[in-house]
Amino acid sequence: MTRTKTSGEKQLWPFETVGTKVNGWVDDLGAVGIFLLRAFIMVFRAKQLPSIVQQVYYIGARSAPVVMLVGLFTGMVLGLQLYYTLVKFGSTGALGSAIALSLIRELGPVLTAIMITARAGSSMTTEIGIQRISEQIDALYTMRIDSLRYLVSPRIAASIISFPLLTAFFDIIGILGGYLTGVVLLGLDAGSYFYRVETSVEIDDITGGFVKAVVFAIIVSTICCFQGYFTHMRTDAHGAKSVGLSTTSAVVLSCVLILISDYVVTSLLL
Amino acid sequence: MKKYSHETVVGAFVVIGLVAIAYMTVKLGNVSLLGDDSYSLYAEFSSVSGLRVGNPVEIFGMEVGKVEGFRMDQEKQQVVVDLKIKTGIDIYDDAIASVKTAGLIGDKYVSIDPGGSDELLKPGDFILDTQSPIDLGDLIGKYAFGDIKKDGGETKGEEE
Repeated sequence: MTRTKTSGEKQLWPFETVGTKVNGWVDDLGAVGIFLLRAFIMVFRAKQLPSIVQQVYYIGARSAPVVMLVGLFTGMVLGLQLYYTLVKFGSTGALGSAIALSLIRELGPVLTAIMITARAGSSMTTEIGIQRISEQIDALYTMRIDSLRYLVSPRIAASIISFPLLTAFFDIIGILGGYLTGVVLLGLDAGSYFYRVETSVEIDDITGGFVKAVVFAIIVSTICCFQGYFTHMRTDAHGAKSVGLSTTSAVVLSCVLILISDYVVTSLLL
Repeated sequence: MKKYSHETVVGAFVVIGLVAIAYMTVKLGNVSLLGDDSYSLYAEFSSVSGLRVGNPVEIFGMEVGKVEGFRMDQEKQQVVVDLKIKTGIDIYDDAIASVKTAGLIGDKYVSIDPGGSDELLKPGDFILDTQSPIDLGDLIGKYAFGDIKKDGGETKGEEE
């Protein structure tokens, strides 16, 4: 979101642009923070359950086939790549551990979050954005319905519920995918594959993965809803174009922040 | 798609998701299966290098317990290892506990030769005969620098 130039005083160009930009980011950060806080508090008000269930359907249940498909192929390609690398060290027995740990710790939460962003995040932004530009949110305001509670809170709650569940699907199907390539295709020992999976995965890895999934859920839903909700305040376009730009920013920003927060959460957990 | 209402699908989704999470937590997270039907034995080692809490305890290669914890005995200059053994496994008082490595560069585990004397070790007893882990680096160093006597003479080692 660009800002209008300050008038008058002579300012050196690098400092002005950098300063304005940074100020803009800090303002946006604060706005997102307040947005998240208000919407999150509204989750616990009455009568949210039907809308939360509805959103879990759209965000969670309908993303499940995509997530499982991506999980299957991620596991299969991991099995393939890791096998050919481990064969050089003679440690193909470690395939089970390698696949399980990389999926549960990193790839599961991150790839699930990215897939759901692409599917449900973009639709959240567009839906709320169009409701904004067609003034439906103003109509809600005139009916004294809090649009934040009505539109945004169910989506945030549904994301927090769905992301960990879908991450679990991804992990399990990914491990099965690794089994398909490693054991069925490349002839590894089935018993040692699952034995390695069971012994090398610890409870800390699993909880870490789910903590990440929840963090990603909050980030994705907040950013996508925020971009859609404030699409009318974009200074670079109006109407339909602004919805398009908001959706693009929302998805790109969500993906970038998923990866950045992945690093931060990982370094905090380790 | 009015055949299945949205609620049903969501319900199924959440249930399957929770089952998946539960499966991962229980099966993969190594939730302890020993629990109450186990008893503690202690063993003193002069070194437990590489041994960690949770490493298995094996008798004749079969896992019968886990390493529960470590304690330092500073008077005797030894480490007291708390071993949790499954109830029903008999270990006698002439048992030997040794720290071994699974494979050449693997996880450490405690191997117990249960012994054959008449006296059974009771919960809380000490295994007196212990063997600390073999330090591979030390061994290779000794061989390379000619400390190990072979056939009555010294090994070649480095040319002096």
